Order: sequence, then C-alpha cells, then structure tokens
Amino acid sequence: MALALPEPDRAVVRRREVIVAQLRRLVPPQTIIADEEGRRAYETDALTAYRRLPLAVALPQSTEEVSRLLRYCHDNDIKVVARGAGTSLSGGALPAEDALVIGVSRMNRVLDIDIVNRTARVETGITNLGISEAVKARGFFYAPDPSSQLACTLAGNLGMNSGGAHCLKYGVTTNNVLGMRVVLMDGEVVDIGGAHLDAAGYDLMGLVIGSEGQFGMVTEGTVRILRSPEGARPMLLGFGSSEAAGNCVSAIIGAGIIPVAIEFMDKPAIQVCEAFARAGYPTDVEALLIVEVEGSSEEIADLLAVVSGIANGFNPSAVRISQSSEESAAIWKGRKSAFGAIGRIADYYCMDGVIPLKRLGEVLVRISRICDRRGLKVANIFHAGDGNLHPLILYDANDDAQAERAEEAGAEILKLCVEVGGCLTGEHGVGLEKRDLMRIQFGPTDLAQQMRIKTVFDPKWLLNPGKVFPLDGRDACRELGRELDRDLGSGAA
Amino acid sequence: MAVHSQVRPIDERELARVLAEASAAGTPLEILGAGSKQKIGRPIQTAASVSSKAMRGITLYEPSEMVMTARAGTPLAEVEATLAKRGQMLAFEPVDYGPMMGGEAGQATIGGVFAANVSGPRRVAAGAARDHLLGIRGVNGRGEIFKSGGRVMKNVTGYDLCRGLAGSWGTLAVLSEVTFKVLPAPEKTGTLVLFDLPDEIAVEALCTAMASPFEVSGAVHLQAALAARLEHPGLRSQGKAVTALRVENFAKSVAYRKGRLKDLLKAYGTIMDLERGASQQFWNEMRGLSVLRGSDAPVWRISTRPTAGPKVVTALSSYMECHAFYDWSGGLVWAEVPPTTDAGAADVRRVIAGLGGHATLIRAEPQVRAAVEVFQPLEAGLDRLSRRLKTAFDPAGILNPGRMYAGM
Repeated sequence: MALALPEPDRAVVRRREVIVAQLRRLVPPQTIIADEEGRRAYETDALTAYRRLPLAVALPQSTEEVSRLLRYCHDNDIKVVARGAGTSLSGGALPAEDALVIGVSRMNRVLDIDIVNRTARVETGITNLGISEAVKARGFFYAPDPSSQLACTLAGNLGMNSGGAHCLKYGVTTNNVLGMRVVLMDGEVVDIGGAHLDAAGYDLMGLVIGSEGQFGMVTEGTVRILRSPEGARPMLLGFGSSEAAGNCVSAIIGAGIIPVAIEFMDKPAIQVCEAFARAGYPTDVEALLIVEVEGSSEEIADLLAVVSGIANGFNPSAVRISQSSEESAAIWKGRKSAFGAIGRIADYYCMDGVIPLKRLGEVLVRISRICDRRGLKVANIFHAGDGNLHPLILYDANDDAQAERAEEAGAEILKLCVEVGGCLTGEHGVGLEKRDLMRIQFGPTDLAQQMRIKTVFDPKWLLNPGKVFPLDGRDACRELGRELDRDLGSGAA
Repeated sequence: MAVHSQVRPIDERELARVLAEASAAGTPLEILGAGSKQKIGRPIQTAASVSSKAMRGITLYEPSEMVMTARAGTPLAEVEATLAKRGQMLAFEPVDYGPMMGGEAGQATIGGVFAANVSGPRRVAAGAARDHLLGIRGVNGRGEIFKSGGRVMKNVTGYDLCRGLAGSWGTLAVLSEVTFKVLPAPEKTGTLVLFDLPDEIAVEALCTAMASPFEVSGAVHLQAALAARLEHPGLRSQGKAVTALRVENFAKSVAYRKGRLKDLLKAYGTIMDLERGASQQFWNEMRGLSVLRGSDAPVWRISTRPTAGPKVVTALSSYMECHAFYDWSGGLVWAEVPPTTDAGAADVRRVIAGLGGHATLIRAEPQVRAAVEVFQPLEAGLDRLSRRLKTAFDPAGILNPGRMYAGM
C-alpha cells in the first residue's frame, strides 16, 4: 500500500531485549509481551493493509502501572502506541517497530455507578457496550454507539471522539464525558473534570478527546448515562433514487422532527445486508432509509405517522413500520453488521467523509463515477441525519494494483467531501489513513496551531507517532517544541 | 478602570493585523464582543481593547441541515430572531449575564457566548454551548488566522480546537466566526411547579424527574428568598421556595409526559401546572437570571454533582448568609453571599474541595476580584498544561492577560 511509515529508530530496536528486561522490572513481568507470536496479535488494527510488529506490548492493570511505563518510555525516548481493542478503521492503533504498545484491555472495571446523578465511572478498557450493559438493569444506557460497540473500548472512543448511529439525538463521545484520569507522557497523572457538567479552566478534556492517543493515555472516565426511552421503533422507507431519500431526510428535519437515528443504504449495500441478516429490507429499491423514533407507544405511532406522511411526498416505493421488537432487532442487526456482511463478499476500504446533506445526490453520483473509472464497486451506508458517509470501496486485497486503485479512489472521494463543504472524517479519525490528506482541509497556520497543541501535551512527540499529520511536518514539529520552550522561558510566568 | 481606546476591526484580516502589531510590540489587549460580560473575571490592565462588534452578520443558515454560521460580533438577539423565523433555536439556551452585572439585557454577541461557553437551563438535557460548536475561525496571539472544525454535524478531522477555545474567555485567540448546530424549537412547553420543598428534597425530586424517560429539559429550584424576586406574580406571591420542571415536545407528548411526571412526583406535594404564557415567562426569567438582578451582592456560580448542590449550600450557610438558586437538577448553584473583602472565597473553596466541583466568582467589586481567585484554582498538573496551552496560542501574552488566572 502507498502510505509511507516512519523509519524506525534502529538504536531503540537494537536495545529491544534490554528495554524488555527493564520494563519487566517496572511492572509485574507477565504485563510485558515480548515473544514474536505474542506481539504478532498486535501488529495491525482494522486497517489491515498495514502491519508492523511492535517493539513490545504492555497490558497494565492500573493507572500507576501505566504511569510507570510512560515515564520510563519518556526518559528513554521510546515511542508509545496506546491501544484499546484495535478496531480503528484509520490505522489509529497501528504499531511501530520502535514503539511500545500499551493496551488497556485488562483495565475494564466499572468503578462506580451513580444512578441519581446519572454518571458511571469506569476504567477505559471496558467495551462501549459494556458500559450500557452495566447500567441496563437500572433502565439506563451510554449513548454513543459505534458499530463496533461490542468490541471497541471507551479508551478508543475517547481517542477518536467516536459517534454512532444514534448521535443525531444524543451527540458523540465528547458530549457524553464529564471526567477523565489522564496519564501524560512523562508519567504525570492528571484528573480533568469530574462528575459535574462542566470542568474548571480551559476545556482540556475537549482537547484530549479526539486527539487520537497523541496527548496522553486516559485510564478512567466518568461518563453521562441516560435513562432509556419508554420504547423505540424503526421504520423502513425505500426510494427510487438516492436523491429522493436525501430530500426526504431534509424534509423530516425541516418539519422539526429529530429522529433518534436516520440511516441510509444504497442498493448494493441493501442487497448484501439483506442476504446476511434477513432483516426484510426491500431489495428492489435504489435507496433505503431506516428511521427510528422513541417515546411511549402512542408517541411512537404518532411520530411514525408524521414521518410516513412526509415520506409520501417523495414517492416511496416501500414504507414499512417495524411491528415487533424482533423485527426492530433484525433491522438494526442488518445495519450494524453491514461492514461484516460486505466483508464476506469482498475486501473493502471504508471511508468516513462528511458532506452537507444538500449535496448528497450530486456526491453519490460522483462517488460512483470515481469508483467506476477504476473498475471498482462501491456500496454506500451512512448516517443520513448528519451527512456522515461511509462509502465501502470493494476490492481484492490479493491484487496489489486493485488495492492501490482503491486507496486512490478513497482519497479522491475524501477530496470531494472537502470540496463540497464537508470534511475528511466524521468519526473514524485521521490516523495513518488520512494523514497525508490533512493539507486538503487545513492550511499551514491551521496545522501549525494543532501541532503546537500537540507539543503542549507531548513535547517529545513520542505518543502515537506518524499519525494525524503529514510525515514531512515532523521536522516542523520539533522546531515547534523548541519554540514553545523558548516562549515559556521568556514568558512572565 | 483606566481610560483606553477600543479598536473594532471590520474583518478578520484587520483583526489579524491589529493582533500581529500588538504581539510584536508586546501590547496587552482586552478582548471583548459587546462587553456584556466585561465585569466577569479578574480585572485586567490594558492600554487598549479589541472588540469583535463590527464583524457581524449571519453568513450561512441551512435550516434543514440544522447549521448556522455567524461572524463573532453578530448579536445573539439577531441569531435567535433569525432562527425563530424558521422555527429553530439554540438548544443550549445561553443565559444573559447583562442585567445581573448591572448592564442591559440582550447585548451579548454570539462570539462572546461561545468564548465564555454560556449555557442555560436546557444544558442539563441538550448540552452546553461548547457541545453545539461545529467550527471556528479566529486569530491567535501571533496574529495568525486559523480555522478548526467546519460546517458539518460530525467532524473529527484534526484536534478539537472548537472545544479548546470554548470557555477560554478570549485568552487564547479572538474568534472571528463561529459555526454551530441549531435545533427545531418545540411545538409546546409545559412546566410543573412544586412549592415549599427544602433544598435537599427538591433536588431529590428534580433528580427523580431527570432519571425518568420523559425528557425533562429544565430542572430548577429557587429558595424562598430568591423566589420572592421572581417577576412572575403567581409564583412570587406564594412566598415559598419554587421547584420547577420543564417538558418540551409536540403538544400531545407534552400533555402525556406532564401526566406521567405528576404521577411520579406526587409524593412531593401538590403540583401546579403553569399555563402557556406563564410557562414561557418563567423560563425566560431563568435564562435572564432575573432573581439575581437588582443587587450588587457577590454571586458565585458553582458546578457540582446534583446531589452535592444542597450540601454545598448547607455548608456555605454555616459560614455566611447564602441565598441559592439551583439549575441543572441541582448541579449548578448560583449563590448570593454578603459583600465581604473576599466574598467568602476561602469558605467557598474549602467547601468545594470537600464535595467536588468548581466555583467561579461571577459578580463582585473589582477590588475583590483582584484580591481572590475568580476562577477555580487548578491542580498543579492542570495549571502547568493550561499555561503551556496559553503560550502555544499567545506566546507574548497579549490576549486578556490575567483574566482567568494571574500571569496567564
């Protein structure tokens, strides 16, 4: 594949055995995985085209252990890649030969549930769904729900500021977190926020969330939990064109209704998902919307009737309201397993661009042209309410030329998203994958300001190296570090 | 305050030029919009001020995409009037500090609202100003124009500077343009009121309602002394503490949800149903902080866990006379205290240290705000990060220096 990975620091790689021995004196020895087979399990994430065997892997069990590991790496100039469950689609958790992977998977306890104040304090190795499961019996849930929620961790969600199907109503990760315990690269432990709704001073929590593991390692989080609605029910709306479906979404929102989710699938996606999940999706339509609303059964019936009425203005070829909880579950199963279902028929490259909804029809036409031109098929699945597209470019990973064409098509699609007023990534993060495209969306001063903030948190640029910024920006970063030191030295403080 | 000149750049480029010159000369500047929150924070000494007031105008509004872009100096009132015409609103419902700070109502700019992360009662359900900010353009202390975020609902491209700048009170950068999420205004608003509840019981009732599936969008409690200052005659004349809950939705849902909430809360006493106009008036008063007006006694804004709210007030009351009004289901306490040399700061900080949360001295005489920490003092690690962050944006320290923390 085409993306360059940074050259590993040979001096560090040569010292591997010494480093492993020293790490094993800092934490219980079984915390450190150093054998090749063990490390192999951590060589990639969900962007599987890229693989690198890490220097070593640490699976600490406490904030204190994380702190000791980071301080050691800081003092010895060893890079660190923090890892949740390794479900990143952008290569955000890709290791490096000269970097220690620190995984949080063994830190997955629920520390405190406070139903009256509607918060849960957890270790960040807990899975996203694990938080909801922990409070479900009390009638509560944790709102952000990425498709990978069964596997992905809160740590990873914080790193990428993950969204999900229901964020139209409930917001993304940053809107649902109140407090964090963060270990900085030099081992210092800081607590930001708490169980109250706004934190003191600068919004450091807002900066750390979505920093892609480059500012520190978050070991504990206090999240908002919400009372589950009385009920929820999805409906299916099929249309003869993607444009009609897009216009219907605009009309629903224009009528003052914010459904808890509006999901879109085009024909190729519908067919694959239906074959997999038997959700009863109409397979003869060009575009399908899943619209879900919440409330009492009467409120749900009223709202779905209004939505149906609006949809009728766009000549739907299918309108079906779920009649049972089994049917609702099947409808969502089809959507949430879409990536897996498509993975059964081909390798795919999943994009994550966002566009203004108004441009939907035009953008979908141009996306299929971009892929056609390269002889590639594309399936579209996305969160329609917020314009977050997920074109899945299908290719054969064993065919290097095809893989390269898929990457090119992906880059062109993301450029298109920026061109129409959108952005490169809505919820997957920049990671490795979109690193070199950052200059399409940002100018030099925009990127310099971001890099200066990176330097605030991680002056030596040791955390999650080679991601987020174009590689040739790294020398500039070192200069920024020296500049910040100078500025701090000369300041009145 | 020293007499000083005010610069009002008409666009981002002029703003950048002004800041670049100040940066080169090391000239500290006071940064403001319309100045409705000018008396909040530590008093600062600057020779000149820069106001965003002349950079105004809504540059993008797409109701069906729930997004608006406005230049920083656009009056909040203009933003809200434009939204109202299309049946939309700012869901975070920013409070108006103007009148309680001795100024006029409705003066705030949209840039100031985000720079100070100002939210109101609906924050408890819908999120704060910072949660609705989608994109910013601004100028840093070097005089460089930069942007972050964008105009789409979801965006994780690069670091989240929108959150980083919200609530930074003009100390990191001067916003020139903001893009934010807007939401449909509800068809109907309903309000339920309970009377004469002690604080702790009132907060228990509010938390019970918030933990129900009925999407309560406002949860406040006013002690009797502050309820007596309400403009709403029906509520004021009761002479009792007032506890109020709001539900907003389509009319039929509001009726249903009010019914279910009344069942849920019947143990707390007789529940009054505020009629249509009165309901709106009451929440407008909450947004306008009406019960804190007409006095210059110091006011603390304390953010804590909802159930800790009444404990904070009880503890404070053992040190000083304290009148409290709780928002956010008890998690936000507005406490009016007697005018002393430190406005009770030592006691407030001690109480907060024990119960968790943070406190800001919103209203006090300048000499008091100069003598005590106005914003919550930070732990050593956060203080160090904050100072580094300030330097990363504003190395010469020209933007509102010392407004939040001394030497920062």
